[in-house]
Amino acid sequence: MRALILALAASAALILPAKAADVSVAVTAIVEHPALDAVRDGVKDALAAAGYKEGENLKFTYQSAQGNPATAAQIARQFAGDGPDVIVPISTPSAQAVVSATHDIPVVFTAVSDPLGAQLIKNMDKPGGNVTGLSDMSPVAEHVALIKEILPSAKTIGFLYNSGEANSVSLLAVLKVEAEKAGLKIVESAATKSADVQGAARALVGRADAIYVPTDNTIISALEGAVTVAGEAKLPLFTADTDSVARGSLAALGFNYYDVGKQTGDVVVRVLKGENVGDIPVKVAVGTDLVVNKQAAAAMGVALPEAVLKRATKIIE
Amino acid sequence: MSLIAFWGAVELGLVYAFVALGVYLAFRVLDFPDLTVDGSFPLGAAVTAVLIVAGVNPWLAALVAMLAGATAGVVTAMLNVRFRILNLLASILTMIALFSVNLRVMGKPNVALINADTMISPFFGLGLRDYLVRPLFVGVLAVIALILVWRFLESDAGLAMRATGANARMARAQGVNTDRQIYLGMALSNALVALGGALFAQTNGFADVTSGIGTIVVGLAAVIIGETLFGARTLLFALIGCVIGSILYRIAIQLALSIDGIGLQASDLNFVTAVLVTVALVLPRLRKGRA
Repeated sequence: MRALILALAASAALILPAKAADVSVAVTAIVEHPALDAVRDGVKDALAAAGYKEGENLKFTYQSAQGNPATAAQIARQFAGDGPDVIVPISTPSAQAVVSATHDIPVVFTAVSDPLGAQLIKNMDKPGGNVTGLSDMSPVAEHVALIKEILPSAKTIGFLYNSGEANSVSLLAVLKVEAEKAGLKIVESAATKSADVQGAARALVGRADAIYVPTDNTIISALEGAVTVAGEAKLPLFTADTDSVARGSLAALGFNYYDVGKQTGDVVVRVLKGENVGDIPVKVAVGTDLVVNKQAAAAMGVALPEAVLKRATKIIE
Repeated sequence: MSLIAFWGAVELGLVYAFVALGVYLAFRVLDFPDLTVDGSFPLGAAVTAVLIVAGVNPWLAALVAMLAGATAGVVTAMLNVRFRILNLLASILTMIALFSVNLRVMGKPNVALINADTMISPFFGLGLRDYLVRPLFVGVLAVIALILVWRFLESDAGLAMRATGANARMARAQGVNTDRQIYLGMALSNALVALGGALFAQTNGFADVTSGIGTIVVGLAAVIIGETLFGARTLLFALIGCVIGSILYRIAIQLALSIDGIGLQASDLNFVTAVLVTVALVLPRLRKGRA
């Protein structure tokens, strides 16, 4: 079938006047969600910056599994059958579904914290096969350092997460190691759906000196619920992604999801330009933004150190 | 819709046919509204994935997954029969508990099987294309399950179960131990659902704790689509209807995924699926009304 299409395309190229090669990129995410949508937009913008514009020379398809892994499996088959030039699955279950559905179409996964654990690839430096991508493993050690800098007297960090999300559980494991090095204790509080986020945040009041929210789809979806509790209880709330600072978290350091999408898009462009997917190393998303929220600091009763304010790349008044 | 997408939908429909058969046993045969399936489907996936990663034979892993599912069904039955908790609530309690149980079983929310040998691995590379091997393999298992369920329901033991669901009082008057029938029926139903979960994990390369969400909806939709299109004249027809209904439900989703250009967004998927299924249910009735 593919050979036939290629043959047709080749004969069309002979007949028709030369035109910029059209490419197609298919993107899928497990669920609609501010962070994952930002990744998708970042991918699209990175493609546009490289000259692949939707509606002109780029066919950009996007499907969401609406939270259901079985639907993610169907979307994966759909894309495998459509045969786009690159498939970009966002999140662990979507990536696993796509990787098991195709062994020949190039796959550039993104927003997966632990691609080795998810068995998407066997080696970060030389993934081989038809798969590469970008990990969004947070710089957890730097986050712990930031919390210590802003709250030198803190002893316990409350980890607010969905125990059903693979990404968050791998982050928890890293956090436990880093916190021990820094002499901090971790208490966990889990919410399995967005309606439970406020209650789970409340469960940390009195047990923790600060709340740390990882890049967790469920918690970030309902972040306002946790922020309300943090304000009421004067409990400083930190997030891992910088986007959430504008939504009321005290401070965050590192990348935002739009950056993750752009960095993913750059990899997609390399594949479109003909680089071999299996030769492109899997990198961890990078970002050095420090964003602080003065209003949140006042609400949570925190005095931001001068050094932090000076280093901040963005201050929300 | 491409061939790969079509056969992918058939394959998933066949995987969920096990759910449909299980839901049929609970809802239609036993008249027991059972939501345990939202927990027993990922339980089956979790158990099979963990065992395969530990090096257990994948067929054995699927068998243990069925036993785990049966146990979940027995727990629901016990809450209902022994402790007199309303059947719907009993099944909700088991379902909620299973979310935590599944996380314990896996130790994390997601276990990958992409590189592992599964029940289906030996059948790849025998000349058939991968996208045909999977639906064929699951289809053969589904037909075997269908025949076994059918033979069981036609047997004396099955008749006692059907009598329990149809009229428990009369069944008791005939000497049927209806409590035992509920235990057996719930165990069988959830064993089938867990096998569906085990097959999902093995054919798609991962077990995820969130994969149970909405299982009951999919199962019920399949049963009802089957009944509408095939009628429930005989038991065999009803069971075949479950399988076909499940496949049609997946094809509806696939169609919804393929429709574009009329202003639909990705987020409209569930709505479009609901509309397509509604049309499938209403059309035959309209035609009957006119005749």
